Amino acid sequence: MEKPLTQHIVPGRPPLSLKEYEQVGGYQSVRKVLKEMTPAEVQTLVKDSNLRGRGGAGFNTGLKWSFVPMGDDVPRPKYLVANADEMEPGTFKDRLLLEGNPHQLIEGMIVASYAIQADISYVFLRFAYKLAAQEITKAINEAYEAGYLGKNILGSGYSLEMHLHTGVGRYMCGEETALLNALEGKRANPRAKPPFPQVSGLYGKPTIVNNVETLCCLPHIVNNGAEWFKGLSRNKSEDAGTKLYGVSGKVNKPGCWELPMGVTVRELLEEYAGGMKNGYKFRGALPGGASTDFLVEEHLDVKMDYNSVAAVGSRMGTGTMIVLDDQTCPVGFVQNLQHFFAQESCGFCTPCREGLPWVEKVLGSIDNGTGKQTDLNILDFHTKYLGPGNTFCALAPGAMEPLQSALKYFREDFERHIHEQRCPWRS
Amino acid sequence: MLTQEEIHQIEHEISLVPSKKAACIEALKVVQQHRGWVSDEDLKDTAVLLDMSPDELDSVATFYNLIFRRQVGRNVILLCDSISCWVMGYEGLREHLMQKLSIKYGETTPDGRFTLLPNVCLGTCDCAPALMVGNDLYQNVTPEQLDDILSKYN
Ligand SMILES: Cc1cc2nc3c(=O)[nH]c(=O)nc-3n(C[C@H](O)[C@H](O)[C@H](O)COP(=O)(O)O)c2cc1C
Ligand code: SF4
Repeated sequence: MEKPLTQHIVPGRPPLSLKEYEQVGGYQSVRKVLKEMTPAEVQTLVKDSNLRGRGGAGFNTGLKWSFVPMGDDVPRPKYLVANADEMEPGTFKDRLLLEGNPHQLIEGMIVASYAIQADISYVFLRFAYKLAAQEITKAINEAYEAGYLGKNILGSGYSLEMHLHTGVGRYMCGEETALLNALEGKRANPRAKPPFPQVSGLYGKPTIVNNVETLCCLPHIVNNGAEWFKGLSRNKSEDAGTKLYGVSGKVNKPGCWELPMGVTVRELLEEYAGGMKNGYKFRGALPGGASTDFLVEEHLDVKMDYNSVAAVGSRMGTGTMIVLDDQTCPVGFVQNLQHFFAQESCGFCTPCREGLPWVEKVLGSIDNGTGKQTDLNILDFHTKYLGPGNTFCALAPGAMEPLQSALKYFREDFERHIHEQRCPWRS
Repeated sequence: MLTQEEIHQIEHEISLVPSKKAACIEALKVVQQHRGWVSDEDLKDTAVLLDMSPDELDSVATFYNLIFRRQVGRNVILLCDSISCWVMGYEGLREHLMQKLSIKYGETTPDGRFTLLPNVCLGTCDCAPALMVGNDLYQNVTPEQLDDILSKYN
Protein backbone atom coordinates (compact mmCIF):
# COMPACT_ATOMS: atom_id res chain seq x y z
CA MET A 1 0.00 0.00 0.00
CA GLU A 2 1.48 3.34 -1.03
CA LYS A 3 1.76 6.06 1.60
CA PRO A 4 3.33 8.98 -0.21
CA LEU A 5 2.60 11.60 2.45
CA THR A 6 3.86 9.70 5.47
CA GLN A 7 6.49 7.40 3.94
CA HIS A 8 9.32 9.37 5.54
CA ILE A 9 7.64 10.05 8.85
CA VAL A 10 8.75 7.94 11.79
CA PRO A 11 6.92 8.97 14.96
CA GLY A 12 9.35 9.82 17.72
CA ARG A 13 12.20 10.50 15.31
CA PRO A 14 13.14 14.00 14.15
CA PRO A 15 12.09 14.84 10.60
CA LEU A 16 14.46 14.47 7.66
CA SER A 17 16.97 17.28 7.22
CA LEU A 18 17.05 18.95 3.83
CA LYS A 19 20.00 16.76 2.75
CA GLU A 20 18.30 13.56 3.84
CA TYR A 21 15.07 14.68 2.23
CA GLU A 22 16.85 15.34 -1.06
CA GLN A 23 18.42 11.90 -0.91
CA VAL A 24 14.98 10.29 -0.93
CA GLY A 25 13.84 12.41 -3.86
CA GLY A 26 12.85 15.57 -2.02
CA TYR A 27 12.44 18.83 -3.98
CA GLN A 28 12.41 16.94 -7.33
CA SER A 29 8.94 18.33 -8.01
CA VAL A 30 10.25 21.88 -7.58
CA ARG A 31 12.98 21.21 -10.14
CA LYS A 32 10.43 19.65 -12.47
CA VAL A 33 7.84 22.43 -12.38
CA LEU A 34 10.42 25.20 -12.62
CA LYS A 35 12.30 23.61 -15.52
CA GLU A 36 9.68 21.71 -17.47
CA MET A 37 6.22 23.07 -16.77
CA THR A 38 4.33 26.32 -17.17
CA PRO A 39 2.14 27.50 -14.28
CA ALA A 40 -0.92 26.70 -16.40
CA GLU A 41 0.33 23.15 -16.89
CA VAL A 42 0.75 22.67 -13.15
CA GLN A 43 -2.79 23.94 -12.58
CA THR A 44 -4.18 21.57 -15.20
CA LEU A 45 -2.24 18.63 -13.81
CA VAL A 46 -3.60 19.24 -10.32
CA LYS A 47 -7.13 19.76 -11.61
CA ASP A 48 -6.90 16.49 -13.55
CA SER A 49 -5.58 14.63 -10.52
CA ASN A 50 -8.91 15.37 -8.79
CA LEU A 51 -7.12 16.49 -5.62
CA ARG A 52 -9.81 17.91 -3.34
CA GLY A 53 -9.09 20.28 -0.45
CA ARG A 54 -8.27 18.38 2.74
CA GLY A 55 -9.28 21.31 4.98
CA GLY A 56 -12.83 20.02 5.12
CA ALA A 57 -14.83 21.40 2.22
CA GLY A 58 -13.31 19.16 -0.46
CA PHE A 59 -13.16 21.71 -3.26
CA ASN A 60 -11.06 20.73 -6.32
CA THR A 61 -7.67 22.32 -5.69
CA GLY A 62 -6.68 22.97 -9.31
CA LEU A 63 -10.06 24.53 -9.99
CA LYS A 64 -9.70 26.77 -6.92
CA TRP A 65 -6.35 28.01 -8.23
CA SER A 66 -7.77 28.71 -11.68
CA PHE A 67 -9.63 31.79 -10.34
CA VAL A 68 -6.36 33.55 -9.53
CA PRO A 69 -5.66 36.28 -12.08
CA MET A 70 -2.60 35.33 -14.13
CA GLY A 71 -0.30 37.25 -16.46
CA ASP A 72 1.73 40.43 -16.21
CA ASP A 73 -1.04 42.94 -15.63
CA VAL A 74 -2.34 41.59 -12.34
CA PRO A 75 -2.23 42.99 -8.81
CA ARG A 76 0.96 42.07 -6.95
CA PRO A 77 2.22 40.66 -4.72
CA LYS A 78 0.17 37.49 -4.90
CA TYR A 79 0.08 35.26 -1.85
CA LEU A 80 -0.10 31.60 -0.93
CA VAL A 81 -1.01 30.61 2.63
CA ALA A 82 -0.71 27.16 4.18
CA ASN A 83 -3.56 26.77 6.64
CA ALA A 84 -1.96 25.04 9.63
CA ASP A 85 -4.45 26.32 12.17
CA GLU A 86 -5.89 22.85 12.88
CA MET A 87 -8.28 23.60 15.73
CA GLU A 88 -11.30 21.57 14.70
CA PRO A 89 -11.96 19.44 17.79
CA GLY A 90 -11.05 15.83 17.16
CA THR A 91 -8.59 16.70 14.40
CA PHE A 92 -4.93 15.80 14.67
CA LYS A 93 -3.73 15.02 11.16
CA ASP A 94 -1.85 18.14 10.06
CA ARG A 95 0.23 18.00 13.23
CA LEU A 96 1.71 14.70 11.98
CA LEU A 97 2.70 16.24 8.64
CA LEU A 98 4.02 19.45 10.19
CA GLU A 99 6.16 17.79 12.84
CA GLY A 100 7.03 14.75 10.76
CA ASN A 101 8.14 16.19 7.42
CA PRO A 102 8.19 19.99 7.18
CA HIS A 103 10.21 19.92 3.94
CA GLN A 104 7.36 18.10 2.20
CA LEU A 105 5.03 20.97 3.12
CA ILE A 106 7.54 23.58 1.93
CA GLU A 107 8.01 21.68 -1.32
CA GLY A 108 4.24 21.55 -1.83
CA MET A 109 3.96 25.25 -1.05
CA ILE A 110 6.59 26.09 -3.66
CA VAL A 111 4.73 24.04 -6.29
CA ALA A 112 1.42 25.73 -5.42
CA SER A 113 3.02 29.16 -5.35
CA TYR A 114 4.59 28.60 -8.75
CA ALA A 115 1.27 27.42 -10.17
CA ILE A 116 -0.43 30.68 -9.19
CA GLN A 117 2.78 32.72 -9.51
CA ALA A 118 2.69 33.85 -5.91
CA ASP A 119 5.43 36.15 -4.64
CA ILE A 120 5.05 35.64 -0.90
CA SER A 121 3.94 32.63 1.10
CA TYR A 122 3.00 32.09 4.74
CA VAL A 123 2.56 29.13 7.01
CA PHE A 124 -0.24 30.11 9.42
CA LEU A 125 0.44 27.85 12.39
CA ARG A 126 -1.66 27.53 15.51
CA PHE A 127 -0.16 28.52 18.83
CA ALA A 128 -0.18 25.07 20.40
CA TYR A 129 2.08 23.41 17.81
CA LYS A 130 5.39 24.36 19.42
CA LEU A 131 7.45 21.49 18.03
CA ALA A 132 6.08 22.11 14.54
CA ALA A 133 7.07 25.79 14.83
CA GLN A 134 10.67 24.80 15.57
CA GLU A 135 10.85 22.25 12.78
CA ILE A 136 9.28 24.53 10.19
CA THR A 137 11.55 27.43 11.09
CA LYS A 138 14.56 25.17 10.69
CA ALA A 139 13.30 23.74 7.41
CA ILE A 140 12.49 27.17 5.91
CA ASN A 141 16.01 28.34 6.75
CA GLU A 142 17.51 25.24 5.13
CA ALA A 143 15.39 25.74 2.03
CA TYR A 144 16.53 29.36 1.72
CA GLU A 145 20.17 28.31 2.07
CA ALA A 146 19.79 25.64 -0.59
CA GLY A 147 18.21 28.13 -2.98
CA TYR A 148 14.70 26.60 -3.06
CA LEU A 149 13.35 29.83 -1.63
CA GLY A 150 14.34 33.42 -2.23
CA LYS A 151 15.26 35.20 -5.44
CA ASN A 152 15.62 33.39 -8.76
CA ILE A 153 15.02 29.87 -7.45
CA LEU A 154 17.43 27.37 -9.06
CA GLY A 155 18.16 29.91 -11.78
CA SER A 156 14.58 29.74 -13.07
CA GLY A 157 13.80 33.43 -12.73
CA TYR A 158 10.97 32.58 -10.30
CA SER A 159 11.23 34.09 -6.80
CA LEU A 160 9.32 33.23 -3.64
CA GLU A 161 9.49 34.40 -0.03
CA MET A 162 8.24 32.19 2.80
CA HIS A 163 7.44 33.13 6.40
CA LEU A 164 6.08 31.37 9.44
CA HIS A 165 3.26 33.12 11.31
CA THR A 166 2.16 31.68 14.64
CA GLY A 167 -1.35 32.45 15.86
CA VAL A 168 -2.58 33.49 19.29
CA GLY A 169 -5.61 31.25 19.59
CA ARG A 170 -9.18 31.29 18.17
CA TYR A 171 -10.79 28.56 16.09
CA MET A 172 -12.03 31.22 13.65
CA CYS A 173 -8.47 31.76 12.42
CA GLY A 174 -8.88 28.54 10.45
CA GLU A 175 -11.68 29.97 8.31
CA GLU A 176 -9.79 31.22 5.32
CA THR A 177 -11.00 34.82 5.16
CA ALA A 178 -10.78 35.22 8.95
CA LEU A 179 -7.28 33.82 8.70
CA LEU A 180 -6.39 36.59 6.27
CA ASN A 181 -7.72 39.19 8.71
CA ALA A 182 -5.64 37.61 11.48
CA LEU A 183 -2.55 37.76 9.24
CA GLU A 184 -3.27 41.45 8.67
CA GLY A 185 -3.30 42.03 12.42
CA LYS A 186 -7.08 42.32 12.79
CA ARG A 187 -9.74 40.45 14.70
CA ALA A 188 -10.36 37.11 13.02
CA ASN A 189 -13.83 37.92 11.72
CA PRO A 190 -14.61 36.40 8.35
CA ARG A 191 -15.02 38.51 5.22
CA ALA A 192 -17.92 38.65 2.81
CA LYS A 193 -17.52 36.51 -0.30
CA PRO A 194 -17.41 37.59 -3.12
CA PRO A 195 -14.86 38.92 -3.67
CA PHE A 196 -13.16 35.59 -3.16
CA PRO A 197 -9.61 35.54 -1.78
CA GLN A 198 -8.34 34.28 -5.13
CA VAL A 199 -9.12 37.75 -6.45
CA SER A 200 -8.92 39.92 -3.35
CA GLY A 201 -7.30 38.24 -0.38
CA LEU A 202 -4.42 39.24 1.86
CA TYR A 203 -4.04 43.04 1.79
CA GLY A 204 -6.56 42.98 -1.08
CA LYS A 205 -4.25 40.98 -3.32
CA PRO A 206 -4.90 37.62 -5.02
CA THR A 207 -4.44 34.87 -2.43
CA ILE A 208 -4.83 31.12 -2.17
CA VAL A 209 -5.33 29.44 1.19
CA ASN A 210 -4.79 25.69 1.19
CA ASN A 211 -4.77 23.12 3.93
CA VAL A 212 -1.46 21.55 4.95
CA GLU A 213 -2.44 18.06 3.81
CA THR A 214 -3.64 19.38 0.44
CA LEU A 215 -0.27 21.04 -0.12
CA CYS A 216 1.65 17.93 0.94
CA CYS A 217 -0.03 15.94 -1.86
CA LEU A 218 1.37 18.23 -4.56
CA PRO A 219 5.01 17.04 -4.84
CA HIS A 220 3.77 13.50 -5.36
CA ILE A 221 1.24 14.49 -8.02
CA VAL A 222 3.92 16.39 -9.93
CA ASN A 223 6.41 13.51 -9.68
CA ASN A 224 4.03 10.65 -10.46
CA GLY A 225 1.20 12.16 -12.49
CA ALA A 226 -2.55 12.63 -12.23
CA GLU A 227 -3.42 9.06 -13.21
CA TRP A 228 -1.18 7.62 -10.51
CA PHE A 229 -2.84 9.85 -7.92
CA LYS A 230 -6.30 8.79 -9.00
CA GLY A 231 -5.22 5.17 -8.83
CA LEU A 232 -4.31 5.44 -5.15
CA SER A 233 -7.89 5.33 -3.91
CA ARG A 234 -9.71 2.07 -3.37
CA ASN A 235 -13.15 0.46 -3.31
CA LYS A 236 -14.05 2.27 -6.55
CA SER A 237 -13.99 5.57 -4.71
CA GLU A 238 -14.74 8.59 -6.88
CA ASP A 239 -12.06 10.47 -4.96
CA ALA A 240 -8.36 10.45 -5.60
CA GLY A 241 -5.27 9.92 -3.52
CA THR A 242 -4.60 8.86 0.00
CA LYS A 243 -6.02 10.54 3.08
CA LEU A 244 -4.88 10.96 6.63
CA TYR A 245 -7.63 9.35 8.67
CA GLY A 246 -7.83 9.40 12.44
CA VAL A 247 -9.88 7.82 15.19
CA SER A 248 -10.20 9.02 18.78
CA GLY A 249 -12.46 7.99 21.64
CA LYS A 250 -12.88 4.67 23.48
CA VAL A 251 -11.19 2.45 20.89
CA ASN A 252 -8.26 0.12 21.48
CA LYS A 253 -5.71 1.90 19.31
CA PRO A 254 -6.62 5.52 18.66
CA GLY A 255 -4.37 7.00 16.00
CA CYS A 256 -3.85 8.63 12.63
CA TRP A 257 -3.04 6.65 9.48
CA GLU A 258 -2.50 7.43 5.81
CA LEU A 259 -4.80 5.13 3.85
CA PRO A 260 -6.29 4.96 0.36
CA MET A 261 -9.23 7.30 -0.06
CA GLY A 262 -12.37 5.18 0.16
CA VAL A 263 -11.63 2.86 3.09
CA THR A 264 -14.83 2.17 4.97
CA VAL A 265 -15.78 3.41 8.40
CA ARG A 266 -15.73 -0.21 9.57
CA GLU A 267 -12.18 -0.83 8.33
CA LEU A 268 -11.00 2.28 10.10
CA LEU A 269 -12.69 1.39 13.34
CA GLU A 270 -12.01 -2.30 13.43
CA GLU A 271 -8.77 -2.84 11.54
CA TYR A 272 -6.84 0.32 12.27
CA ALA A 273 -8.31 1.52 15.56
CA GLY A 274 -8.48 -2.05 16.86
CA GLY A 275 -12.20 -1.99 17.61
CA MET A 276 -13.97 -0.69 20.69
CA LYS A 277 -12.31 -1.03 24.08
CA ASN A 278 -13.40 -3.99 26.12
CA GLY A 279 -16.82 -3.31 27.63
CA TYR A 280 -17.72 -0.43 25.31
CA LYS A 281 -20.12 -0.52 22.39
CA PHE A 282 -20.12 1.71 19.33
CA ARG A 283 -23.08 4.09 19.13
CA GLY A 284 -21.96 6.59 16.54
CA ALA A 285 -19.15 8.76 15.29
CA LEU A 286 -18.52 12.19 13.88
CA PRO A 287 -16.62 11.26 10.71
CA GLY A 288 -14.51 14.36 10.28
CA GLY A 289 -14.26 16.61 13.30
CA ALA A 290 -16.74 18.42 15.52
CA SER A 291 -18.70 20.07 12.72
CA THR A 292 -19.89 16.96 10.93
CA ASP A 293 -23.13 14.96 11.29
CA PHE A 294 -23.12 11.70 13.23
CA LEU A 295 -22.81 8.41 11.44
CA VAL A 296 -24.32 5.39 13.22
CA GLU A 297 -24.18 1.61 12.99
CA GLU A 298 -26.08 1.43 9.69
CA HIS A 299 -23.33 3.54 8.10
CA LEU A 300 -20.36 1.35 9.03
CA ASP A 301 -19.85 0.19 5.46
CA VAL A 302 -19.89 3.68 4.02
CA LYS A 303 -16.70 4.66 2.22
CA MET A 304 -14.78 7.50 3.82
CA ASP A 305 -14.64 9.78 0.82
CA TYR A 306 -16.33 13.09 0.08
CA ASN A 307 -19.23 11.86 -2.03
CA SER A 308 -20.00 8.69 -0.09
CA VAL A 309 -20.15 10.39 3.31
CA ALA A 310 -22.21 13.23 1.82
CA ALA A 311 -24.63 10.70 0.33
CA VAL A 312 -25.62 9.53 3.83
CA GLY A 313 -26.18 13.07 5.09
CA SER A 314 -22.87 13.90 6.68
CA ARG A 315 -19.52 15.27 5.56
CA MET A 316 -16.08 13.75 5.48
CA GLY A 317 -14.71 17.00 6.92
CA THR A 318 -11.17 16.46 8.10
CA GLY A 319 -11.44 12.65 8.05
CA THR A 320 -10.60 12.37 11.72
CA MET A 321 -13.36 10.50 13.47
CA ILE A 322 -14.59 10.96 17.05
CA VAL A 323 -16.33 7.90 18.45
CA LEU A 324 -19.34 7.99 20.76
CA ASP A 325 -19.61 4.86 22.90
CA ASP A 326 -22.55 3.44 24.86
CA GLN A 327 -21.18 4.60 28.20
CA THR A 328 -20.87 8.20 27.17
CA CYS A 329 -23.93 10.41 27.31
CA PRO A 330 -24.91 11.71 23.86
CA VAL A 331 -26.44 14.85 25.39
CA GLY A 332 -23.24 15.62 27.29
CA PHE A 333 -21.25 14.87 24.14
CA VAL A 334 -23.22 17.38 22.10
CA GLN A 335 -23.18 19.90 24.91
CA ASN A 336 -19.38 19.76 24.99
CA LEU A 337 -19.35 20.50 21.25
CA GLN A 338 -21.80 23.37 21.55
CA HIS A 339 -19.81 24.86 24.40
CA PHE A 340 -16.84 24.92 22.05
CA PHE A 341 -18.76 26.54 19.21
CA ALA A 342 -20.47 29.11 21.45
CA GLN A 343 -17.11 30.08 22.91
CA GLU A 344 -15.38 30.27 19.53
CA SER A 345 -18.14 32.18 17.72
CA CYS A 346 -16.52 35.41 16.57
CA GLY A 347 -19.67 37.34 17.52
CA PHE A 348 -20.00 39.09 14.20
CA CYS A 349 -23.52 37.95 13.33
CA THR A 350 -26.49 37.69 15.62
CA PRO A 351 -27.89 34.19 15.00
CA CYS A 352 -24.56 32.60 15.82
CA ARG A 353 -23.52 34.92 18.66
CA GLU A 354 -26.89 34.67 20.44
CA GLY A 355 -28.07 31.28 19.23
CA LEU A 356 -25.12 29.10 20.15
CA PRO A 357 -25.02 30.10 23.84
CA TRP A 358 -28.77 29.47 23.98
CA VAL A 359 -28.30 26.02 22.50
CA GLU A 360 -25.51 25.32 24.97
CA LYS A 361 -27.68 26.39 27.91
CA VAL A 362 -30.67 24.34 26.81
CA LEU A 363 -28.46 21.28 26.41
CA GLY A 364 -27.02 21.98 29.83
CA SER A 365 -30.43 21.98 31.46
CA ILE A 366 -31.47 18.79 29.67
CA ASP A 367 -28.21 17.21 30.78
CA ASN A 368 -28.65 18.17 34.43
CA GLY A 369 -32.23 16.99 34.60
CA THR A 370 -34.09 20.28 34.47
CA GLY A 371 -35.01 20.13 30.78
CA LYS A 372 -38.56 20.37 29.43
CA GLN A 373 -40.14 18.69 26.43
CA THR A 374 -40.40 22.08 24.70
CA ASP A 375 -36.63 22.41 24.92
CA LEU A 376 -36.39 19.91 22.10
CA ASN A 377 -38.40 22.29 19.94
CA ILE A 378 -35.95 25.06 20.78
CA LEU A 379 -33.09 22.85 19.68
CA ASP A 380 -34.88 21.81 16.48
CA PHE A 381 -35.61 25.44 15.75
CA HIS A 382 -31.96 26.37 16.06
CA THR A 383 -30.76 23.63 13.75
CA LYS A 384 -32.84 25.32 11.04
CA TYR A 385 -32.18 28.96 11.84
CA LEU A 386 -28.45 28.56 12.34
CA GLY A 387 -28.22 26.38 9.25
CA PRO A 388 -26.58 27.20 5.91
CA GLY A 389 -27.49 30.60 4.49
CA ASN A 390 -28.55 32.23 7.75
CA THR A 391 -25.17 33.16 9.17
CA PHE A 392 -22.18 35.03 7.85
CA CYS A 393 -19.80 32.06 7.83
CA ALA A 394 -19.80 28.29 8.11
CA LEU A 395 -19.09 28.09 11.85
CA ALA A 396 -22.71 28.08 13.01
CA PRO A 397 -24.02 25.70 10.31
CA GLY A 398 -21.11 23.43 11.17
CA ALA A 399 -22.10 23.54 14.83
CA MET A 400 -25.62 22.47 13.92
CA GLU A 401 -24.48 19.32 12.10
CA PRO A 402 -23.69 17.19 15.16
CA LEU A 403 -26.75 18.63 16.97
CA GLN A 404 -29.30 17.92 14.26
CA SER A 405 -27.99 14.41 13.72
CA ALA A 406 -27.89 13.71 17.46
CA LEU A 407 -31.53 14.83 17.71
CA LYS A 408 -32.30 12.43 14.89
CA TYR A 409 -30.39 9.35 16.00
CA PHE A 410 -30.36 9.76 19.77
CA ARG A 411 -33.69 11.50 20.34
CA GLU A 412 -34.78 8.83 22.81
CA ASP A 413 -31.79 9.65 24.97
CA PHE A 414 -32.71 13.33 25.01
CA GLU A 415 -36.28 12.43 25.92
CA ARG A 416 -35.16 10.06 28.65
CA HIS A 417 -33.20 12.89 30.29
CA ILE A 418 -36.32 15.03 30.23
CA HIS A 419 -38.74 12.36 31.50
CA GLU A 420 -36.48 11.01 34.20
CA GLN A 421 -35.23 14.48 35.14
CA ARG A 422 -31.64 13.25 35.33
CA CYS A 423 -28.75 12.11 33.21
CA PRO A 424 -29.05 8.33 33.04
CA TRP A 425 -25.31 8.09 32.45
CA ARG A 426 -24.35 9.94 35.57
CA SER A 427 -26.89 9.20 38.27
CA MET B 1 7.45 51.72 29.77
CA LEU B 2 8.57 49.40 27.01
CA THR B 3 12.26 48.52 27.02
CA GLN B 4 14.58 49.44 24.16
CA GLU B 5 14.70 45.79 23.22
CA GLU B 6 10.92 45.50 23.04
CA ILE B 7 10.67 48.68 20.98
CA HIS B 8 13.39 47.43 18.68
CA GLN B 9 11.62 44.09 18.16
CA ILE B 10 8.27 45.77 17.53
CA GLU B 11 9.85 48.10 15.00
CA HIS B 12 11.37 45.10 13.27
CA GLU B 13 7.90 43.50 13.03
CA ILE B 14 6.53 46.73 11.60
CA SER B 15 9.24 46.73 8.92
CA LEU B 16 7.99 43.35 7.65
CA VAL B 17 4.40 44.38 6.86
CA PRO B 18 2.68 46.94 4.62
CA SER B 19 1.23 49.08 7.43
CA LYS B 20 2.07 49.64 11.10
CA LYS B 21 -1.29 48.32 12.21
CA ALA B 22 -0.68 45.03 10.44
CA ALA B 23 2.08 44.29 12.95
CA CYS B 24 -0.16 44.70 15.97
CA ILE B 25 -0.59 41.03 16.87
CA GLU B 26 3.14 40.50 16.52
CA ALA B 27 3.74 43.54 18.72
CA LEU B 28 1.44 42.16 21.42
CA LYS B 29 3.30 38.88 21.19
CA VAL B 30 6.61 40.69 21.72
CA VAL B 31 5.33 42.39 24.86
CA GLN B 32 3.84 39.19 26.21
CA GLN B 33 7.00 37.26 25.53
CA HIS B 34 8.97 39.68 27.70
CA ARG B 35 6.42 40.27 30.45
CA GLY B 36 4.16 37.24 30.45
CA TRP B 37 1.09 39.43 29.85
CA VAL B 38 0.01 42.80 28.45
CA SER B 39 -0.91 45.43 31.05
CA ASP B 40 -2.99 48.54 30.31
CA GLU B 41 0.12 50.66 30.40
CA ASP B 42 2.04 48.39 28.04
CA LEU B 43 -0.96 48.31 25.74
CA LYS B 44 -1.01 52.11 25.55
CA ASP B 45 2.73 52.31 24.87
CA THR B 46 2.45 49.66 22.18
CA ALA B 47 -0.51 51.40 20.54
CA VAL B 48 1.60 54.57 20.13
CA LEU B 49 4.23 52.64 18.17
CA LEU B 50 1.52 51.24 15.90
CA ASP B 51 -0.35 54.51 15.29
CA MET B 52 -3.44 52.95 16.81
CA SER B 53 -5.69 54.11 19.62
CA PRO B 54 -5.41 51.97 22.76
CA ASP B 55 -9.04 50.88 22.33
CA GLU B 56 -8.42 49.79 18.79
CA LEU B 57 -5.44 47.71 19.87
CA ASP B 58 -7.39 46.33 22.83
CA SER B 59 -10.17 45.20 20.52
CA VAL B 60 -7.62 43.00 18.80
CA ALA B 61 -5.86 41.93 22.00
CA THR B 62 -9.07 40.81 23.70
CA PHE B 63 -10.25 38.88 20.65
CA TYR B 64 -7.46 36.34 20.93
CA ASN B 65 -7.56 34.08 23.93
CA LEU B 66 -3.82 33.62 24.24
CA ILE B 67 -2.99 37.29 24.55
CA PHE B 68 -3.26 37.73 28.30
CA ARG B 69 -4.71 41.04 29.45
CA ARG B 70 -4.52 40.01 33.08
CA GLN B 71 -1.43 38.93 34.92
CA VAL B 72 -0.77 35.20 34.70
CA GLY B 73 1.50 32.96 36.73
CA ARG B 74 4.99 31.89 35.72
CA ASN B 75 3.56 28.71 34.22
CA VAL B 76 0.27 28.64 32.36
CA ILE B 77 -1.55 25.30 32.33
CA LEU B 78 -3.75 24.85 29.26
CA LEU B 79 -6.12 21.97 29.89
CA CYS B 80 -7.85 20.63 26.79
CA ASP B 81 -11.62 20.57 27.36
CA SER B 82 -12.71 19.59 23.84
CA ILE B 83 -14.59 16.52 22.77
CA SER B 84 -12.03 13.70 22.63
CA CYS B 85 -10.51 14.75 25.95
CA TRP B 86 -14.01 14.99 27.42
CA VAL B 87 -14.82 11.46 26.26
CA MET B 88 -11.52 10.24 27.73
CA GLY B 89 -12.18 11.90 31.07
CA TYR B 90 -10.38 15.24 31.23
CA GLU B 91 -12.82 16.25 33.98
CA GLY B 92 -10.83 14.10 36.41
CA LEU B 93 -7.74 16.15 35.59
CA ARG B 94 -9.65 19.37 36.07
CA GLU B 95 -10.90 18.38 39.51
CA HIS B 96 -7.46 17.22 40.56
CA LEU B 97 -5.74 20.40 39.36
CA MET B 98 -8.31 22.68 40.96
CA GLN B 99 -8.06 20.85 44.24
CA LYS B 100 -4.30 20.53 44.30
CA LEU B 101 -3.70 24.16 43.33
CA SER B 102 -6.79 25.53 45.12
CA ILE B 103 -7.70 27.66 42.12
CA LYS B 104 -10.46 27.75 39.56
CA TYR B 105 -10.22 28.38 35.82
CA GLY B 106 -8.71 31.79 35.13
CA GLU B 107 -7.06 32.03 38.53
CA THR B 108 -3.43 32.09 39.59
CA THR B 109 -1.90 30.45 42.65
CA PRO B 110 -0.99 32.99 45.35
CA ASP B 111 2.71 32.23 44.86
CA GLY B 112 2.38 33.15 41.18
CA ARG B 113 3.52 29.71 40.10
CA PHE B 114 0.56 28.46 38.05
CA THR B 115 -2.43 29.84 36.14
CA LEU B 116 -5.09 27.33 35.09
CA LEU B 117 -6.98 27.83 31.83
CA PRO B 118 -9.24 25.62 29.75
CA ASN B 119 -8.16 25.37 26.12
CA VAL B 120 -9.76 24.14 22.93
CA CYS B 121 -8.60 20.91 21.29
CA LEU B 122 -4.80 20.64 21.38
CA GLY B 123 -4.76 18.46 18.26
CA THR B 124 -3.49 15.30 19.91
CA CYS B 125 -6.81 13.48 20.27
CA ASP B 126 -5.37 9.99 19.92
CA CYS B 127 -3.45 10.68 23.13
CA ALA B 128 -6.32 12.19 25.11
CA PRO B 129 -6.61 13.59 27.69
CA ALA B 130 -3.90 16.17 27.08
CA LEU B 131 -2.64 19.41 28.55
CA MET B 132 0.16 21.89 28.10
CA VAL B 133 2.26 23.54 30.76
CA GLY B 134 4.07 26.48 29.21
CA ASN B 135 5.46 25.15 25.95
CA ASP B 136 5.40 21.50 26.98
CA LEU B 137 2.72 19.06 25.84
CA TYR B 138 1.62 16.14 28.00
CA GLN B 139 -0.43 13.30 26.53
CA ASN B 140 -2.51 10.42 27.94
CA VAL B 141 -2.40 12.17 31.30
CA THR B 142 -3.84 10.51 34.39
CA PRO B 143 -4.64 12.39 37.63
CA GLU B 144 -1.88 10.37 39.33
CA GLN B 145 0.73 11.82 36.99
CA LEU B 146 -0.24 15.42 37.63
CA ASP B 147 1.81 15.88 40.80
CA ASP B 148 4.96 14.74 39.00
CA ILE B 149 4.25 16.99 36.05
CA LEU B 150 3.64 20.05 38.22
CA SER B 151 6.79 19.43 40.27
CA LYS B 152 8.90 20.16 37.21
CA TYR B 153 7.88 23.80 37.21
CA ASN B 154 9.02 26.53 39.57
C1 LIG C 1 -14.78 27.89 11.44
C2 LIG C 1 -13.88 27.28 10.42
C3 LIG C 1 -12.63 26.80 10.81
C4 LIG C 1 -11.76 26.24 9.87
N1 LIG C 1 -10.55 25.76 10.29
C5 LIG C 1 -9.69 25.24 9.37
C6 LIG C 1 -8.40 24.77 9.76
O1 LIG C 1 -8.02 24.83 10.94
N2 LIG C 1 -7.57 24.27 8.82
C7 LIG C 1 -7.95 24.20 7.50
O2 LIG C 1 -7.17 23.76 6.67
N3 LIG C 1 -9.16 24.63 7.10
C8 LIG C 1 -10.03 25.15 7.99
N4 LIG C 1 -11.26 25.62 7.57
C9 LIG C 1 -11.56 25.58 6.13
C10 LIG C 1 -10.94 26.80 5.44
O3 LIG C 1 -11.86 27.88 5.49
C11 LIG C 1 -10.59 26.56 3.99
O4 LIG C 1 -11.71 26.02 3.36
C12 LIG C 1 -9.45 25.61 3.77
O5 LIG C 1 -8.30 26.04 4.46
C13 LIG C 1 -9.14 25.55 2.31
O6 LIG C 1 -8.10 24.65 2.05
P1 LIG C 1 -8.30 23.40 1.09
O7 LIG C 1 -9.02 23.87 -0.14
O8 LIG C 1 -6.91 22.93 0.81
O9 LIG C 1 -9.10 22.41 1.87
C14 LIG C 1 -12.16 26.16 8.51
C15 LIG C 1 -13.41 26.63 8.14
C16 LIG C 1 -14.27 27.17 9.08
C17 LIG C 1 -15.61 27.67 8.63
S1 SF4 D 1 -21.42 32.51 11.90
FE1 SF4 D 1 -20.52 32.87 13.93
S2 SF4 D 1 -18.32 32.71 13.59
FE2 SF4 D 1 -19.28 33.04 11.56
S3 SF4 D 1 -19.34 35.26 11.26
FE3 SF4 D 1 -21.26 34.74 12.26
S4 SF4 D 1 -20.80 35.05 14.46
FE4 SF4 D 1 -18.84 34.89 13.42
